[in-house]
Amino acid sequence: MQLDSKMQGTTLVIRALEDRIDAAGAIQFKERMRDLTAVPSTRVILDLASVHFLDSSGLGAVVAVMKLLAPDRRLELAGLTPTVEKVFRLTRMDTVFTIHPGLEAGLRQAG
Amino acid sequence: MHDVSIEMVSDPLSVRDGLRRALGARPFDRLAVADRSTAEIVLAEVLNNIVEHAYAAGPGPIRLWVGLEPGQLCIRIEDEGRPMPDHRLPTGQLPTPEDLAEGGFGWHLIRSLSSDLRYDRRGAVNCLCFRLPAEQSTG
Repeated sequence: MQLDSKMQGTTLVIRALEDRIDAAGAIQFKERMRDLTAVPSTRVILDLASVHFLDSSGLGAVVAVMKLLAPDRRLELAGLTPTVEKVFRLTRMDTVFTIHPGLEAGLRQAG
Repeated sequence: MHDVSIEMVSDPLSVRDGLRRALGARPFDRLAVADRSTAEIVLAEVLNNIVEHAYAAGPGPIRLWVGLEPGQLCIRIEDEGRPMPDHRLPTGQLPTPEDLAEGGFGWHLIRSLSSDLRYDRRGAVNCLCFRLPAEQSTG
């Protein structure tokens, strides 16, 4: 699971470089995210612009990461591609995440 | 009647590969983008459920058939694992979003995006049939 992380000011930005977050990669995704979010930051934005497919296992892993960060930080999402957006919308999980259209928009907006 | 037939073994990487083979072949490669996306979601959820539940005790084969009908795909998926509890499909009740459940979304996605969903236990074989929208892409 390829994830790239960097600090932009006090915001931790993690970019998923994989084409998909599915049942075969969900556990690895969660573990990598736990390691990468161990650094202190005021915000955490996960950029999903490269991810074209996410199944319910992948969704569960993203939810798990959100719970790992609570209560001090919330997981914000950016750059949902159409299939990923569809999974979030149909499961109504789009109502519990802060979702930015793209990373730039997310960085401009205060958490 | 069936345009595509794909076989795979019940582990997550084999399912990922089987899904890639199916979606790269006709009739999936000709679908409009939204229908292809719907097909990928539904097939992934059905196949992953088989790996996780039907074959929880050990691996086995999964077979997928796809037929193209006017405006829709007719899908049949078979496995030789455990039957559905009470030989019935799960209702697919969606978890309350605020509860932050990490699972329980699969059957809701399948039921939301497919039609004519039917499950039969035939001897030692689970057989799931359903239809998916298939507006042919003009490209």
